[in-house]
Amino acid sequence: MRPNGAVLTRVAIAVAIIAVLPWVVPSFLVFDLIYVAAYAIAILGLIILTGMNGQISLGHGAFMALGGYVVAILAHNAGWPYWIGVPVAAVACGAFGLLIGLVALRLEGVYLALATFSLAVAAPSFLKHYKQITGGFGGMSIDAVTTPAGVPLDAQHWLYYVTWAVTGVVFLASALLVRGKFGRALRALRDNPIAAVSFGVNPYYYKTLAFGWSAVLAGIAGAFYAMTTAFVSPDTFSFALSITVLIGAVLGGIMTFWGAIVGALVIEFLPLLAQRVNAGAPSVVYGVTLILMMMFVPDGIVGGVQRLYRRFARPRPSQPAFEPSAPVATSIALEKPSRE
Amino acid sequence: MASLLAVRNLTIRFGGITALSDVSFDVAEGAITGLIGPNGAGKTTCFNCITRLYQPTSGEIQFRGDDLLRCTPQQIANKRIARTFQNVALFDHMTVLENALVGYHTRFPAGLGAWAAESDATHEALGVLEKLGLAGVAHRPALGLPFGVRKTVELARALMVRPELLLLDEPAAGLSHTEVAALGDSIKRVAADFGTTVLMVEHHMALVMRISDHIVVLASGRKLADGTPDAVRTNPAVIEAYLGAV
Repeated sequence: MRPNGAVLTRVAIAVAIIAVLPWVVPSFLVFDLIYVAAYAIAILGLIILTGMNGQISLGHGAFMALGGYVVAILAHNAGWPYWIGVPVAAVACGAFGLLIGLVALRLEGVYLALATFSLAVAAPSFLKHYKQITGGFGGMSIDAVTTPAGVPLDAQHWLYYVTWAVTGVVFLASALLVRGKFGRALRALRDNPIAAVSFGVNPYYYKTLAFGWSAVLAGIAGAFYAMTTAFVSPDTFSFALSITVLIGAVLGGIMTFWGAIVGALVIEFLPLLAQRVNAGAPSVVYGVTLILMMMFVPDGIVGGVQRLYRRFARPRPSQPAFEPSAPVATSIALEKPSRE
Repeated sequence: MASLLAVRNLTIRFGGITALSDVSFDVAEGAITGLIGPNGAGKTTCFNCITRLYQPTSGEIQFRGDDLLRCTPQQIANKRIARTFQNVALFDHMTVLENALVGYHTRFPAGLGAWAAESDATHEALGVLEKLGLAGVAHRPALGLPFGVRKTVELARALMVRPELLLLDEPAAGLSHTEVAALGDSIKRVAADFGTTVLMVEHHMALVMRISDHIVVLASGRKLADGTPDAVRTNPAVIEAYLGAV
């Protein structure tokens, strides 16, 4: 367990940066940063599901689609305000996620990845088929978010702050959820399911709940994605989106919540940067960058930074940090270490 | 002494292979019972039936009069039965303290009360780690610790269940001669300190003979003998099974 003080300091710094950022960057970047928040929420869902619980999902784009479309349909067809639409989207995605989670119990590893991938592939076709409610191929436009009366912000900055505030709440709720018993049960099931079960961890309960919560997050992310674009279409939520958020999770660092924000920044800005480097073949630049990153920081950017920090920022540890120190080894009264 | 665990006519077949055949024995409360036998005798299979990882073909297993065969594997810890594994089965990417806390899983109150219990659980876990000499590695990941330390972490996790029955699967495997000697005393001390009954699968005959109150001998899935260390040691069938290895 890390000391809480250090975590709080980092969170405070992150909040300060997020609060100031829209006033110092060019206006067009503010929109990008709203998408970063939405991506961060979706990636957080994958970090909990895949990183902590070991269930691979290639179908989170489908949950994002559900979230986005629930908000859009409620706004477009029923005229519901977004502050009702988003919670409804979250609940709908949670219910769908629990259902998929029940199916996922029977599947492991690559089979689960394939099954969830089929969700991602099917989602756009499904949306195109039921055109009476989804708007079909063309999708549907929804009202852009406007600043409520009395708030001295333009619409863009208002949406920025709302999205990031929701992101903050979602991160806090997730952090509380995975603290203690629940989080340990998820990770125990990932590391050694048989041992976990032998100590009373109910695999059905925890794996299904992890899937459900992860889907809630993807749904909220999809809802904000739709509100920011003020438009949804089947192509907004193509299967590539599922891959993209998983790439974000892996590149950011799938073992830590910080990885969600870093990964979201990467998947939002790396394609734009690639476009600048070589306008003719941005996907080549993007792909090569991904390969290089996987080679040099296989545990994600956050993991890589942590390793660098350990190596350079604390060059003189009082004792070798990663060798079992002598007093420990000799104090093993029950069974002394014999061989590795 | 009352019987804590009663195994009756336990039989399990995997396809055509009968791993256990009509095995019956009792584990007395408060005692250390050794379960011995040559390789492939069915010792670990027997453990896996008790902890419900395997479903026996027939027979009964009763713990304090409750039918364990009605339990799912995840309900076993609730009955205060904890085990270690032959091939150390830790949560490698979690710290030693977190590993121990998973042992507390069933003792947490349900729902939101679990948060409030966290500090009590952590306190108790640190106490157990301290007792087993693991305090210095509490915040290290289990992965990368020396083998003997990893086995001790498994024991700490099992003790966090506050087990009434502790199943040790080959605690001496991989340890040197002198370490085995220390292990024997440690098991006796832990059993007394934590007030737990011990059922132990072990190959190391000297260790089993020294610390067991009662020994059950299996060979090729059948019970060969059952009695005090002295009775078992002199049993001709046992001597034959071990080819004089005793």
